[in-house]
Amino acid sequence: MNPQALFECFSSASCIVTQMGTGLIVGSLLFLVAAGLTLIFGVLGVVNFAHGTFYMLGAYLALTAYRLTGNFAMAVLASGIGVGLFGLLFERFLMRRVYKADVLMQLLVCYAVVLIMDDVVKIVWGAEFLSMGMPETFQAPPFFIAGGVVPVFYVYLIAAAMSIALALWGILTFSRTGKIIRAAAQNPTMTSALGINTSFIYAAVFAFGGVLAGLAGGLAAPVRSMSPGMGFSILIESFIVTVIGGMGSVSGALVGALLIGLIRSFGTIGFPLFVEGLMFLAMVLILILRPNGLLGKDSRT
Amino acid sequence: MRRLNSLRHDVGWALVALLFLSVLPLLIQSRVTLDFVIRLAAFGIFASSLNILVGYGGMVSFGHAMFFGSGAYVFGLLMQKTPVSIPVAILGAIAFSGVLGLLIGAICVRLKEIYFSFLTLAFQMLIHSVILTWTSLTGGDQGLMGGIPRPPFLGINLSDHTTLYWFSCVLGVLCLLLMRIILQSPFGATLRMVRDSAERAAFLGIDVWRIKLYAFVLASCMASVGGVVMALFVSGAFPDFGYWTMSGDAIFMIMMGGLHVFIGPVVGAGLLLLFNDIITRTTEYHGLALGLVVLLFALGFKRGITDFSLELLQKINQKGGKV
Repeated sequence: MNPQALFECFSSASCIVTQMGTGLIVGSLLFLVAAGLTLIFGVLGVVNFAHGTFYMLGAYLALTAYRLTGNFAMAVLASGIGVGLFGLLFERFLMRRVYKADVLMQLLVCYAVVLIMDDVVKIVWGAEFLSMGMPETFQAPPFFIAGGVVPVFYVYLIAAAMSIALALWGILTFSRTGKIIRAAAQNPTMTSALGINTSFIYAAVFAFGGVLAGLAGGLAAPVRSMSPGMGFSILIESFIVTVIGGMGSVSGALVGALLIGLIRSFGTIGFPLFVEGLMFLAMVLILILRPNGLLGKDSRT
Repeated sequence: MRRLNSLRHDVGWALVALLFLSVLPLLIQSRVTLDFVIRLAAFGIFASSLNILVGYGGMVSFGHAMFFGSGAYVFGLLMQKTPVSIPVAILGAIAFSGVLGLLIGAICVRLKEIYFSFLTLAFQMLIHSVILTWTSLTGGDQGLMGGIPRPPFLGINLSDHTTLYWFSCVLGVLCLLLMRIILQSPFGATLRMVRDSAERAAFLGIDVWRIKLYAFVLASCMASVGGVVMALFVSGAFPDFGYWTMSGDAIFMIMMGGLHVFIGPVVGAGLLLLFNDIITRTTEYHGLALGLVVLLFALGFKRGITDFSLELLQKINQKGGKV
């Protein structure tokens, strides 16, 4: 516990810039993962507890693809497509069977997949920590803004995440698919009565959530070390994000993710051991004050 | 009259269980068996207490382990730092967890469905963080070190392994009996009604929030007894006791055993402990094996083992009735 360090940080511009950079990349990655989670919940009413596994797979796939091709863009693409496919298979063969079952059954199926995939990763890539290393393209001197250090890769990462967020918003708001997805989220029975194949939409949303989590894993690969079980902490954090933002709300996920990212990066300075506690405290406070999250719909309507 | 009969019935079963447990060490004289039963007592109480919320109250708590942890830590700290006897420390642990449950429950039971689940999860992680951070009191990630002293009381010496076995068995059966009696009482019936239709219950003049809160506090107190038994068994308390994995295990136990039969969670606890022991001994890929077992239960049986047998039994009875 060192609140004084936090005050000192707030009084120096360089410290604020450095921490903002860290907070923003954590927030951007979290947003990509949480957006898929919240989309799946919004449309299907299912909480995908295996979403952290999607992220983990993304990171590992990116590592392998990068080692094979030496191209980071290819690696991120591969992880997006690969995890998207995994999400599709996961939905078709497992989750689809428990949509009508209790939420506990859904939890168990996801829990089983998490356990199995953690071991599969252990068998394929090994149990020890792995790291991709910074791709050469990004090995340039960092930017200095007001004395604060911002690595080049951070800028690319934030830009990539924000363009994906923008594309997501565009698809959901303007395209026909987006309209169908929003319709299915609002009233699935009515949507299927209109002759729209909701079963297909469900699979597509799961695959799409997989793509987003895979991209996040791929983008995170250069700055995060990988280990089996790495999905869990991101899962918990994206839960916090979706709950804070409001389950089912993509813009809420963006707000929540940036908030949690900043809490993490500034919290590390003031309360290094209690960062997790801070995030949960934020979630508790927001749930007490606004039970449906910051931008969530009222569940009664 | 019916209630009295059902009470006699339950007490009868409790006595049968105790008789069986007292004969068991004579039949199988292995330390492994005794250890298994002690762990089963701890997790049986813990899983059954969670089922008060999940099965009877329809409140899926993801954070029930915080009370398992609080029971273990408060009991351990009272024994280490104060001169109180074991029963007083147990009561202290239950009282502390009850108050904690009252405070957290008062906030949580207002929320619906998945939000209730996440808020309980958040409180659990908060408490887990506090345990990890407050090193001077809790020992941080090392847990309560130095062992928990077990001074004899009323001629009972829990340092003796067989006595600990006895003590755990009696405590386990007593707690289960108490929970059974409470759940068969009008309170239990009201709780089930609130689960099935909170609105209808409210129309009948039932204070839904209060009923849910009572159930939450009861479940917290009972979970803490499970934690006490575990602390006695391992002679310590560890942050894992209050971690999400412990809550996850308890959920898995009640799902595997069955939600709708009172003894289901205990059966599930036994099965999970057994699976874990076997899997740990036979393969290094613990998660893979356990995951496949979980999938089998979730997609194959689609319900707990006792629910499954109950339905099977009812089907057979129906067929027999027709012929």
